[in-house]
Amino acid sequence: MVEKAYLVSNPSSACKAILFDADLCTCCLNCVEVCRTDVLIPNPEKDKPPMVLYPDECWFCGSCVAHCPVPGAIRMEHPLSQKAGWKRKATGEFFRIGMKNPPPPNTKPPVC
Amino acid sequence: MSEFNAPTIAWPYPTNYGKENEVTADVIILGGGIAGCHAAVHAARRGAKVVVVDKGPVIRSGSGGAGVDHWHAACTNPCSKVTPEDMMEIVRVFGDYSYHEYGNGITCYIQCKESYDALLDVEKMGVKVRDVDDEFAGADFRDEKTKLMFAYDYVNRTCIRVNGGAHIKVALYNELKRLGVQIFDRIMVTRLLTEGGKQGTRLVGATGFDVRTGEFYVFNAKAAILSMSVFAGQWVFSTELTGFGSIFNDPNNSGDGTAMAWIAGAELALMERSGRGLASGFFRYPPYGTGDHNNTWFACTIVDANGKEVPYVDREGIVLKTVSERYRPAPGQKYFMYGRMGPQAIWGPGLIPDLSERIAKGEYALPLYADLPGMPELERRAIWGLMIYNEGKCSIIYENYCKAGFDPDKDMLQLPVMPPEQYGRGPAWETYGPRQWREGAFGGGGGIVFDWDLKSNVEGLYVAGSQQYSGGTHAHAAATGRYAGRKAAGHAKDAKLGQIDRKQVAEEKMRIYAPVMRRDGIGWKELRAGLCRVMQDYCGEFKSEPILKTGLQWIRSIRESEAPTVFARNPHELCRVMECFTHMTIGEIIMQASLARKASSALLDFKRLDFPEMDPPEWNKIVTIRQENNNVRVGELPMRYWLLPPYAPNYEENYRKHSEL
Repeated sequence: MVEKAYLVSNPSSACKAILFDADLCTCCLNCVEVCRTDVLIPNPEKDKPPMVLYPDECWFCGSCVAHCPVPGAIRMEHPLSQKAGWKRKATGEFFRIGMKNPPPPNTKPPVC
Repeated sequence: MSEFNAPTIAWPYPTNYGKENEVTADVIILGGGIAGCHAAVHAARRGAKVVVVDKGPVIRSGSGGAGVDHWHAACTNPCSKVTPEDMMEIVRVFGDYSYHEYGNGITCYIQCKESYDALLDVEKMGVKVRDVDDEFAGADFRDEKTKLMFAYDYVNRTCIRVNGGAHIKVALYNELKRLGVQIFDRIMVTRLLTEGGKQGTRLVGATGFDVRTGEFYVFNAKAAILSMSVFAGQWVFSTELTGFGSIFNDPNNSGDGTAMAWIAGAELALMERSGRGLASGFFRYPPYGTGDHNNTWFACTIVDANGKEVPYVDREGIVLKTVSERYRPAPGQKYFMYGRMGPQAIWGPGLIPDLSERIAKGEYALPLYADLPGMPELERRAIWGLMIYNEGKCSIIYENYCKAGFDPDKDMLQLPVMPPEQYGRGPAWETYGPRQWREGAFGGGGGIVFDWDLKSNVEGLYVAGSQQYSGGTHAHAAATGRYAGRKAAGHAKDAKLGQIDRKQVAEEKMRIYAPVMRRDGIGWKELRAGLCRVMQDYCGEFKSEPILKTGLQWIRSIRESEAPTVFARNPHELCRVMECFTHMTIGEIIMQASLARKASSALLDFKRLDFPEMDPPEWNKIVTIRQENNNVRVGELPMRYWLLPPYAPNYEENYRKHSEL
């Protein structure tokens, strides 16, 4: 095998919390500006999405996602240990957040 | 490798530690959350020059910044059948939903009187509030004329469901800007400045630093409103999920306001109250992100693993046959508030009270599920769509779960599997934490003492929201915020700007910046976790004089040994370091307050091994503490001091005299 091994510390947190789609992100920095705990910082490299500097400090409030002008550019994800599951009433089928082959998305908008 | 890990990439913000910025105002509002923003609006409307300072971005900061679904105690709304005086008659205190004697009647009454007016305020700022799009036309919980939507008791209608609550903070922020309020985002306030730099003299300003640039701020004002909410994270801390540990409270709520008020000589109460409150988020699931029947999920049908429905009962234990009965008071009951808490007179419907036993006996099979498909369509849509979306931190639950295919018309979200005895004890997503001691939930704990003007004993210092002792919910913060805003503005009109004591400022500057000059030592996380350990050991469920005094020795020792070595490699870390110092002070305060109460109390969840008698009558009083020349002074206030001399014996008269309306 040609894969190399790297000298790295453990990550600071059990989860990534915030993820970006680099192709969609316009680097507007709205997410950086609304985060209450400065989890995100402008990327030191130009034209790259914000850096998730403190994923351990994320409160999972979703303000970053709420203020992003480009759908899909930013995602907030709870860690695996916090992912919930449900049962389809009619069939008894098991589903959960983050499963392989999830059911089709529910696109009904919220009341707000 | 040393913990310091020689950094190589520069901090991305222009750093300038120690650079001084001076700001002058009529009223400074320290803490720009819900209470602080409503205070700012009303102080500005009264003509005061207002400055708001917040550790985070005011547009989203604070516990209410992530949204709100319930607007409580809106007694003066046109559909309400409960007057503020009715509510005070039975509830008496609001606190943290415990409705116990140690809550505060002043703020409970203010909430009952002004909660609905505060909601009308935010409606004018652009929040929908009502069912303007007629999504719920014909629903049991909607008033056809006003289009207001109600929660819990659909007959008496004191609790309003807020359409658009998810973005209420943005509306408040925009209003602040429109009113010309000066907003200082990302400034951690560290110290109150007092006349002559002395403890107990009048307030003249505050100091702070920018958590991105490290710059120093000196605020000079005629009056200040402290609205920095509760101290949270004092006993429980996860080094890997520091943010997630906090459920309802913004993780910025470290108790900074309480600590600096104490140092300035303010009188505090109820700091000895702690308990087995809501468990830490990192031990369970995201708030509201599992099936439930409580709170935001009230009153969802619950079924077991075989589809068998778990019955709802009324306050007498009589099984309810229909869904609509879950939202009505029992025969002969005037009204209900929520759940089986406080006096039985106001208990609402809930699941069978012996559910735990019946699960243990095998009558109901785990796991349980929230049967949203089984709910009437409009109730279902209200829970999943209105409440789960607008409630704090729920917009992301709604979006992520829907994106993952969750459909409330077809799917039943599972309740967490817990030991049988945990069912019915609280929100399902939180009740299986390890048995850890922590601060009182929902602000019903310690804070600053205040009077009918929401004034503390420090001249010029007002208190709003959960910064007060026995604070409460979003609507409580909004109502007390607007009241304090009026009062502080009135005070500032007649006051003279005090002079800043430069020696006090210089000392504070040295204290703040010391950690950035260190290159090695203890990191803030280790310090924080160590302080929590001290609280768990020496200020946990069972206390005594030797235990508490050992705890104080530990904090003193940490102040001498580890604290002077803690480093900060950038302004953000400096903020976390300064929060550790706040936690040290809060720990000392709690231990001193615990020493002062020489009796156990069931009402306060307070157990003293050396004074085991529960609530002896001579200790049914509010024990207060403050500092005088850095010595602890214990005081007391009678229960319901707010209806005793020098105040009038009834709420209406006191409110008329003091509210400035």
